Amino acid sequence: MTTLINIELFKIFKKWRTYIGFIAVALLVLVIQLAISISGRDATSGLTGQLSDSFIMVGNLLNGYFVSYMILNSIIVNVPFLIVLVAGDMLAGEATAGTYRILLTRPVSRFQVVLSKFLTSIIYSYMLIFWLAILSFVLGIILFGTGELIVLQNGLIIFAKDDIIWRFILAYFMAGLSMCTVAALAFFFSSLVENAIGPIITAMAIIIVFAIISAIPIDFFQTIKPYLFTNYLFSWRLFFDDSLNYVEIIKSLSVLLGHILVLFGITAYIFEKKDILT
Amino acid sequence: MNEEKVIEILGLTKKFKSLIAVSDLDLTVYKGDVFGFLGPNGAGKSTTIRMMLSLIAPTSGTIKIFGKSLLSNRKDILKKVGAIVEKPDFYNNLTAYKNLSILGRLSMGEVSRKKIMEMLELVGLEKRYKSKVKTFSHGMKQRLGIAQALLHDPDLIILDEPTTGLDPQGMKEIRDLMVLLSREKGKTIFLSSHILSEIEIIANRMIILDNGKEVVEGKVSELLNKNKLKVTFEVDDNNSARNILEGTIWQDKVYSSIDNKIVFILEPEDISSLNKLFVENNVAVSAVIPTRSLEEYFLNITEKSNR
Repeated sequence: MTTLINIELFKIFKKWRTYIGFIAVALLVLVIQLAISISGRDATSGLTGQLSDSFIMVGNLLNGYFVSYMILNSIIVNVPFLIVLVAGDMLAGEATAGTYRILLTRPVSRFQVVLSKFLTSIIYSYMLIFWLAILSFVLGIILFGTGELIVLQNGLIIFAKDDIIWRFILAYFMAGLSMCTVAALAFFFSSLVENAIGPIITAMAIIIVFAIISAIPIDFFQTIKPYLFTNYLFSWRLFFDDSLNYVEIIKSLSVLLGHILVLFGITAYIFEKKDILT
Repeated sequence: MNEEKVIEILGLTKKFKSLIAVSDLDLTVYKGDVFGFLGPNGAGKSTTIRMMLSLIAPTSGTIKIFGKSLLSNRKDILKKVGAIVEKPDFYNNLTAYKNLSILGRLSMGEVSRKKIMEMLELVGLEKRYKSKVKTFSHGMKQRLGIAQALLHDPDLIILDEPTTGLDPQGMKEIRDLMVLLSREKGKTIFLSSHILSEIEIIANRMIILDNGKEVVEGKVSELLNKNKLKVTFEVDDNNSARNILEGTIWQDKVYSSIDNKIVFILEPEDISSLNKLFVENNVAVSAVIPTRSLEEYFLNITEKSNR
């Protein structure tokens, strides 16, 4: 299995499209950091504006932690579009290229092939989040220093300097898991067709439709909202509650993992039964 | 002949909705055979090969390779099988070397640089090992396809039209290679082709497939040489020739007579006797054209499929 995963990673990193995600994330992060750096304290005034009338704000509120939080909050909703570029191509790309004929005539089981490709999509998703973390968190600290983190979560919360890093680690993990769900969705569509464009567009369309449904305040939509994975794209914020809501965290983890496992199970079944005609 | 069965197919059928691509096919390939799998385009050859490599599932029937059921022993069987299926497709953005390296690792766990270079040399691509496959011509990809099929030293080599896209010299080299692999290395070769002459040169046994069904199976030498021939005699005077034949044993062997061409159904040894009869009776014979009935039959079904 390790050999298969290494081969799949090698294959995807020999494709230009794999780097689009890393380049886009880098550009977005750098642009946001540049904009914050130019705006200076104005960047935090949206949060502290009313408070500054009653309290004197001291210390470095515009710090690397705040910038990282802001970046994660701003761009996590767009990362799925980068994930599907790779995950949607994992199976359909081989069909388009006709390379299943050389891959599946080797002494490896179809399940091993589909599992290695799936795990590669998962690894890619986490690599992209890790890249985002490195750029926004590490570079943010280098550029803006450290300090207390001020966030707006059901009210304004200020975290002490020594109470932040573990929250970010878990938040990035949770954000990665939500991206894995997106990857699993695109991967599933990738097993249905023989051209990568279809899975990419379909996965993107579903994310957009689910996001719109989640945002419309109609009872019916609000009833189904908890079952839509897009509702959990921002579950990472749960780690920035004053006291952690373990019920919500476990629920989010369960929904995301459930989606991932079910989507992979269906994909593996389809792939096992698929006639390779390309 | 060694009677150890390498491939045994019984009642193999594949349906795609209402289309029956392969129908109730039986065939047996013995160890050391170069088995010709002949048929016009669309006869069901590639579908059969895909089923033999578990790329598609049969609708019914069984496939045994090396005496084991393909369904339950796929991995074990594929360790000893090398194949080219239809056109040669590779990871185009990778080099020839890297493609073989990946495929070798999948087949053997690890593959040495020496082994990869040996294979590339065998197919004449050693100087292009660093080139990306997307820069290769169809013929070069075909050669690389043969290299990947032989890389893990398989006992059974399944080749689906391996000479397609090659120039005459390339075709000869590949045919020579197949003969070498069979005769000197004892490999069993299952060779699909739509060119009868190619099968005739290389194969010792063959089957002809048409519309997914077996038409004929047997030894190539028996099927192609021991049949009666359809022989066309081109004569200068048809009337004189017909007069000479009248009342002789040859009259019943006339198949058709149009203009100056008289077609006979003959045993191979009859040709010279009949020619002598014409010449002795002052009928000039300008050409004698033998056509084997199987060859003609195959040409007919090929033409039909191309129409």
